[in-house]
Amino acid sequence: MKGLPEKVDVIVVGGGGAAMAAALTARERGASVLVLEAAPKDFRGGNTRHVRNIRYAHDAATDFVTGPYPVDEYYDDLLRVTQGNTDKDLSRFLIEKSLDAADWMAARGVKFQPPLSGTIGLDRTNAFFKGGGKAVLNAYYATAEKLGIDCRYEAEVTDLKIEDGAFTAARVMYQGREQTVEARAIVLASGGFQANTEWLKEGWGEAAEGFLIRGTGYNKGRMLRVLMDHGAETAADADQCHAIAIDARSPKCDGGIATRVDCVIYSIMVNRQAQRFYDEGEDIWPKRYAIWGRLLAKQEDQIAFGIVDAKANDLFMPSLYPPLKADTIRELAELLELDPDALEKTVTDYNAACRQGENKDRVFTPGVLDGLSTEGLSPAKTNWAQPIDTPPYYGYPLRTGITFTYLGVKVDKESRVQFKGEDGRILSAANIYAAGEIVSGNILGQGYAGGIGMAIGLVFGRIAGEGAARNVAN
Amino acid sequence: MSPTETPLTKMAAAADYELQGDQMPDLHDESRRLMTICNACRYCEGFCGVFPAMMRQKTFSDADLDYLANLCHGCNGCYYACQYAPPHEFAVNIPQVFARLRADTYRRYTWPGFLAGLFQKNGTLVSVLLALGIALVLVLVHLFQPAEVIHGEHGGNFYAVIPHNVMAYSFGGVFLYAVGVLLLGFYRFRRDTAPTQADETALSVAGATHDALVMKYMGGGGVGGKNDGCNYPAESFSQIRRVFHQMTFWGFLLCFAATSLGTIYHYVFGWIAPYDYTSLPVLLGTVGGIGLLIGPLGLIYLKRIADPNILVSEQRGMDTGFLALLFLVSLTGLALLAWRETSYMGTLLAIHLGTVLALFLTMPYGKFVHMVYRYAALLRNRREQKV
Repeated sequence: MKGLPEKVDVIVVGGGGAAMAAALTARERGASVLVLEAAPKDFRGGNTRHVRNIRYAHDAATDFVTGPYPVDEYYDDLLRVTQGNTDKDLSRFLIEKSLDAADWMAARGVKFQPPLSGTIGLDRTNAFFKGGGKAVLNAYYATAEKLGIDCRYEAEVTDLKIEDGAFTAARVMYQGREQTVEARAIVLASGGFQANTEWLKEGWGEAAEGFLIRGTGYNKGRMLRVLMDHGAETAADADQCHAIAIDARSPKCDGGIATRVDCVIYSIMVNRQAQRFYDEGEDIWPKRYAIWGRLLAKQEDQIAFGIVDAKANDLFMPSLYPPLKADTIRELAELLELDPDALEKTVTDYNAACRQGENKDRVFTPGVLDGLSTEGLSPAKTNWAQPIDTPPYYGYPLRTGITFTYLGVKVDKESRVQFKGEDGRILSAANIYAAGEIVSGNILGQGYAGGIGMAIGLVFGRIAGEGAARNVAN
Repeated sequence: MSPTETPLTKMAAAADYELQGDQMPDLHDESRRLMTICNACRYCEGFCGVFPAMMRQKTFSDADLDYLANLCHGCNGCYYACQYAPPHEFAVNIPQVFARLRADTYRRYTWPGFLAGLFQKNGTLVSVLLALGIALVLVLVHLFQPAEVIHGEHGGNFYAVIPHNVMAYSFGGVFLYAVGVLLLGFYRFRRDTAPTQADETALSVAGATHDALVMKYMGGGGVGGKNDGCNYPAESFSQIRRVFHQMTFWGFLLCFAATSLGTIYHYVFGWIAPYDYTSLPVLLGTVGGIGLLIGPLGLIYLKRIADPNILVSEQRGMDTGFLALLFLVSLTGLALLAWRETSYMGTLLAIHLGTVLALFLTMPYGKFVHMVYRYAALLRNRREQKV
């Protein structure tokens, strides 16, 4: 394998959806592009490796979305999930720019699948990649190779040379030695810092030790740190992230989608003290999927246990690891290392508060908000509250699984990183661009809407690639 | 997390152990492990029939896995798209494991059981039977015919060298044996893997037959009626394997049709061979024969350049042996047709019949059998799709 070039037009740091969107765009505009991906080839692509779909605005149904998803509706959805905690101007810009997302991807070899059974709930708003994110990456990298983009794996950028607010060169650890590569522009699409436990502790304290990392283990946030050290403006707080409940027995990182467990809404969730702590039936699962990671993070040992009985266990997608199973609640408690008396009391109290069958409005109905709520229980379970009384009983140990962090650098509509000058004024860097997770905090101050991460990567990646190519042309 | 060993950590360790993919314990256990991972992921539902079929169930019996393995046709879409493919610790490689399980079903469902080992030594079996087949026919011809008949010119009349009834009864007998073994395997496999809740209907049979004839899943699926193709022989998408496979399949069927038509001509109408070059049996045989030259050769070539990560090296003999035999049957058949007016006819006929004999004899104990199990799997697939 040949060494790194000493000088190129554009350096792209990272190898996921945002990085490749930037690299392809810059190359298509004539720039020579060097992609520096920290991961080995088999694990290339950051969290794009694990994604499944993209949420993008569109005016009509196509072969792979069932109906229109207008810009305004997308924008309203985003305001709702973030509770307004977003850069509204930039968010609207993102959504408008997402209109041609699927066409752009398809033109670069990405294949979509028709809406199928597993995609219920998102089949209008999101386009699903055939085979998922790794297939997207395969298409991008194949196209990159055709276009003559130089992609290097296990190439970790360690530092950036920034003089007078302008980037001049990158320090790269490659093949066991550190080298310098000069470029006219740089795109930082190197992800968040979710795999950096020490950094996570700044937002979460010791609880971060208990987190599992759902995606790539290579996102350590090094570029983000370098930019912050150079005075880049930041967006979102250190504890903001996408996190869900995943099986506590999953690998420390890279477990991906298969480790998710969908038992929550049909279960009661108890913590180490065998106590309930949140309304499991607050809303349909796709809408509550992403809050449980944070909820678990606040529990002792960042763990909780979903308890279901035989009649509920087939209502959700099968889990990767088999649940723990027992014929009595007491026995299940012992398997889960919970106090049997406490768990028995929690289940008894819950069952006593269930009102199923008392009149015709109180019918357990999976899949829709059935209004079947507990009464006199705190916290209440406001939907799907049917008693847990049919053995065998099943227990799913769940832990916080972090997908990606939101804290990132502020960017403008050209995806240029913003720095605070010595006079305190905010200035956009001339040739430093950022895209993907590292800018997600501009859009996501909190909350999440499925598939928006890919939109952030694609839109800002393309804009960054365009800008970087302009730096070269000038 | 507490570092002491508890039931929970032991459970996790046990589960971890189960999910380590570096060993290959039992093919059913390994397939079950993979299907459990896939069923919790489901990203591959757009590729082929396997994943939608998998999604119809939560647990997998051995028979379910036999069925799914035979529904898989090794397009490799799921392998290249898999976030859990090796070197990921889950080590998910569906095409490879299912190829092994398919071969295992061939062995378990063959008859008589003591011949099951022939599948593992298939390359050798084909070579030996090919040599023996040719030698046998040549020897018999020389035993029963004087040299001037064998090397004489007969205007394309094969029966001058080997009487019609000798040919028809001997080859018909071997062929019927082969078909009998295949049908038995089909019947037993279909019975063992039958779904409990879905009945077979004329519609489901028609659907499965359609899927088989057009090789639906080899198209790779896609949106808007367009087929994306398979990831074969490498990561990029291509329809080339389907093209070669179609040529092989239809080539075989056309040759079979030519022979059947000849039999009808002979027994029903009393029209005795040789038939003209423009007659229907000869046209069918010629077109089919050309397909059987190009198709198997193409498939062998693709296999040679295919990604070693998805191949099962120990099955190479079985796959290639069968294809090579088809190619040789066709090549010798076309040569016989071309030189049937010359004095080489007798020898060419003996060689051709020797290859046909080897083909018929190895049919129930080689790659040919994939057809019956695939069709049985497609039948169940269509049955369940209706539920």
